[in-house]
Amino acid sequence: MGLAKRIIPCLDVDAGRVVKGVQFLDIRDAGDPVEVARRYDRQGADELAFLDITASSDQRDTILHVVEKVASEVFIPLTVGGGIRQLEDIHRLLHAGADKVSVNTTAVNNPAFIKKASDHFGNQCVVVAIDAKRVGSEGSLRWEIYTHGGRNATGLDAIRWANRMVDLGAGELLVTSMDRDGTRDGFDLELMKQITDAVSVPVIASGGVGTLEHMADGVLLGGADAVLAASIFHFGEFTIEQAKRHLATKGIEVRL
Amino acid sequence: MSGIVIANLGTGNLRSVSKAVEFVSGHAATVTADPNIIENAEHLILPGQGAIGTWINQLNLDPVLKKAVESRVAHGPVLGICLGLQALFDHSDESGGIYGLGILPGSVRHFANGHREADKGSVEEEHKLKIPHMGWNQVYQVGEHPLWQDIPDGERFYFVHSYFVEAANNVDEVGQCTYGNVFTAAAARKNIFATQFHPEKSQRAGLQLIKNFINWNGV
Repeated sequence: MGLAKRIIPCLDVDAGRVVKGVQFLDIRDAGDPVEVARRYDRQGADELAFLDITASSDQRDTILHVVEKVASEVFIPLTVGGGIRQLEDIHRLLHAGADKVSVNTTAVNNPAFIKKASDHFGNQCVVVAIDAKRVGSEGSLRWEIYTHGGRNATGLDAIRWANRMVDLGAGELLVTSMDRDGTRDGFDLELMKQITDAVSVPVIASGGVGTLEHMADGVLLGGADAVLAASIFHFGEFTIEQAKRHLATKGIEVRL
Repeated sequence: MSGIVIANLGTGNLRSVSKAVEFVSGHAATVTADPNIIENAEHLILPGQGAIGTWINQLNLDPVLKKAVESRVAHGPVLGICLGLQALFDHSDESGGIYGLGILPGSVRHFANGHREADKGSVEEEHKLKIPHMGWNQVYQVGEHPLWQDIPDGERFYFVHSYFVEAANNVDEVGQCTYGNVFTAAAARKNIFATQFHPEKSQRAGLQLIKNFINWNGV
């Protein structure tokens, strides 16, 4: 027995509400973030991830209040992403009670920021979020990095990018398949496997969970250290505990 | 006397620690780098996350603060967390190699470089280790201690670290964990108890440990 695989529910927060869209369309309201966080904590979530998708800058502080509130009653690790551009943004989130931050667009625009953040706060709190999309076809299959919620192509190769981010100081990678995100068709296991084989840091698999079997696949076939999911938990389909029990029946070590 | 005090040595998520203390005790903790308050703390918590060099240098640059911490650590209940465990030992390989407070004999080594003599056979497994060691792992209690009260042996706690403690004296080791090799998950001597894991992030079990600490008089 040893280190458990983690289940991380993800809360997309827009102006103080949890929302969830299917491939960035049809955004459904999934409740008050503090309420939702409490519920997942009770169900045995191993960590919580918050992604701030608030578009308007005057509501930027909303996420800080959410984190502060959650951190005063939920005592598991909290990762917060969205709109992180400078060290001061990280400082404010950590001060509010976040343990890790996830950085996506800023890492692409300014890779040196990852080194700066890691040197300053330690690599344990720097998660690089990698949004990757399949390009090319059978035989020459590869993945390209996208930013801005899958809208902007960067030309960067996902596997090389993952290695580079770890070299610069990422302590963990959050890998999302843009092809699968919101589809409920399961993770892009080839993508996950290539990245988990390539890097020495823990990898969180994300994008596409629709069944508990998908989560087990992420660990057993994708090699993930943690799996992240949103909609299957938000709308009461499964509890975290059910997910963990399912993983345990597959021989995966979990915290029950 | 100044209640429950959390020493602010410039690293780590101090807010989580203070919120956890408040949650279990109903009293706010004082987060400070004031030598006077630290020296007079009823219960002192030494947290820390990130690079040990930052933590130790903060003390080395401020001799008054260092003296206050050293004198307070000599008596009265102390809880070290993460770097607050590692810094109690003689030496760490992190930050280019740095001397710790030397209160407990032993050293701090990187998961990729260090493993105990007895574990040499498991080098191959070492290659598969993801570093940092991040997540919920089982802690096996070695002997009895008031801080383990109501916490089942083998309970999972949340870890996040790339360096681990190798206590030189078995008697100082009160908790063990295995990640590639067996390492010191908790160490204790007299009035000091320190953990590699983060009780403030370890949900029920972690809160229980913090509660036990607050109820402990250090003997």
